[in-house]
Amino acid sequence: MNFKHKFVFLFPGLFVLIGILIFPIIFTIRLSLSGWNSYTPEMNFIGITNYIRLFTDDPRFWESFFRLSFLSVTTVILQYVIGFALALMVWREIKFKRFFRVIFLIPMMTTPVIMTVIWRTFFHESLGPVNDLLGNLGVKPILWLSDPVIAKFTVIIVEVWQWTPFMFLLLLAGLLSLPKEPFLAAAIDGASPFRKFVYVTFPLMAPISIGAIIIRLIEASKIMDTVFVLTSGGPGTATETSSFYIYIKGLREFQMGYAATLSFTYLVIMIISLTIIAKVLTKLMIKE
Amino acid sequence: MHKLYTFLKYTFITLWTVFIVAPFLWAISTSFKDFQSVNSKVTYIPWLDFEPTLEGWRVLVKSPARGGVDIVEPYFNSIFVTCTASLISIILGTLAAYALSRFTFKAGFVRNNDITFFFISQRIMPPIVLSIPFFIFLSTIGLLDSLLGLVVVYIVLLMPIAVWIMVDFFNRVPKELDETALIDGCNPYQAFYKVVLPNSIPGLIVAGMFCIIFGWIDFFFAFILTFTEVQLLPVKVVALNSSITPWWSLSASALISVAPLIIVAFVVERYLSKGNLSGALK
Repeated sequence: MNFKHKFVFLFPGLFVLIGILIFPIIFTIRLSLSGWNSYTPEMNFIGITNYIRLFTDDPRFWESFFRLSFLSVTTVILQYVIGFALALMVWREIKFKRFFRVIFLIPMMTTPVIMTVIWRTFFHESLGPVNDLLGNLGVKPILWLSDPVIAKFTVIIVEVWQWTPFMFLLLLAGLLSLPKEPFLAAAIDGASPFRKFVYVTFPLMAPISIGAIIIRLIEASKIMDTVFVLTSGGPGTATETSSFYIYIKGLREFQMGYAATLSFTYLVIMIISLTIIAKVLTKLMIKE
Repeated sequence: MHKLYTFLKYTFITLWTVFIVAPFLWAISTSFKDFQSVNSKVTYIPWLDFEPTLEGWRVLVKSPARGGVDIVEPYFNSIFVTCTASLISIILGTLAAYALSRFTFKAGFVRNNDITFFFISQRIMPPIVLSIPFFIFLSTIGLLDSLLGLVVVYIVLLMPIAVWIMVDFFNRVPKELDETALIDGCNPYQAFYKVVLPNSIPGLIVAGMFCIIFGWIDFFFAFILTFTEVQLLPVKVVALNSSITPWWSLSASALISVAPLIIVAFVVERYLSKGNLSGALK
């Protein structure tokens, strides 16, 4: 086909994206080399001082990063297992199939921060329904939002509620697009449902699973909305994730330069670790 | 064995349904409560546990001067920003996706897949990383705290989604389709517009829905980049949450904010059942 037409199709989108993004990225890198804060709000040059501070003198950032890894990996694993189970259950004919499919999809259509506002009243320690109902069963009130360990699990519960539907949607769409022949063959061989799953469904779904997990990991690594409203990173720093820490440094304490350093480092770590995870998952799940 | 499996299956589905519906039921119930029924003890069922009132809902349409929370303007702002940004993203994204699916690009070591990856990889970017430079960028060009500024930012959020879905979709539309059109004397643009696009409606709808979902649910950019002139819905509700808004109007405003997109769940399900989504999402 004629060669110059292809650019007419590609370039508008590409250039708009690059045009909007090029400034922020260059600016972040430049800003990270400056000491911009509320006392000296200017673009001076202080070399890699900020990076030295980050790598030698800021345990709070690394703690928030490991907390983020824990939260996102746990939620994504839970979402994958539950989402896959749900997708398998409504894949074939069951009663009220379409009703359940709609119900299972609904949470992802709702705005996370707004639902978290509701979750906050839901988990309220004295006026919320959870502790009240548990109280009727004789359970002592649980400190859903003010205990450092339990608060993490509250965040996980809300995240799983919010985003399992996305996993469910991707996996169900994948299941519905699978070819019929392997299942017929397995049925003729008289394979049990369990063996059918292990030897037919799961291997066929491996590429789709990897895609879904990676997409969810990318989105989960941005956990921020939920934390922001539910616990504001607290109690203390118990649920503070990297994004939230950068937010505090940059837009609450106005250490713009240092926040840019954090942002840039965080971005590089994310890209590298997601690439590695994608490679490892592909190795693990697709066996010859 | 089989009976046990069926039993477990339905138990699991029921439990999960309860888990999904619970916060909605709680919010619906709370939105009809008054001071007494929220603060004295936990109540659930209207008429049985407490006497329902419409106060929580009435407040939504009152102006702030008269003690209301004025959610109408943020509502329309949200609709405008989401729809405009989605539309632009879909147009640009679809064109780019078509190019990436039909033509080969070569520039140094860069191939088609790399360009596609560049588009999609923008989703990796944590909002916080972009928000500080965007803040300064938009204030430089005078678009801070404006609807237009948010549209510009949301295009970055949404175009990757459009490209991701449409590249896969176009890869499934047989090439013979546009080749035939070209042989019949169309130029590439006519082939795209008259032949390929009409055959891509399902893909476009799916991409559109995803853009609208992810535009509508975004909070962080709107939170950082707007203050007083313009407010989007999520920011408004969170602002209510951090002030002393009583639970009943908080619940009512939350419910009314998440309601429109629940319709999207029905549309998605319809496409899923018809098998159109499978191709578009894989």
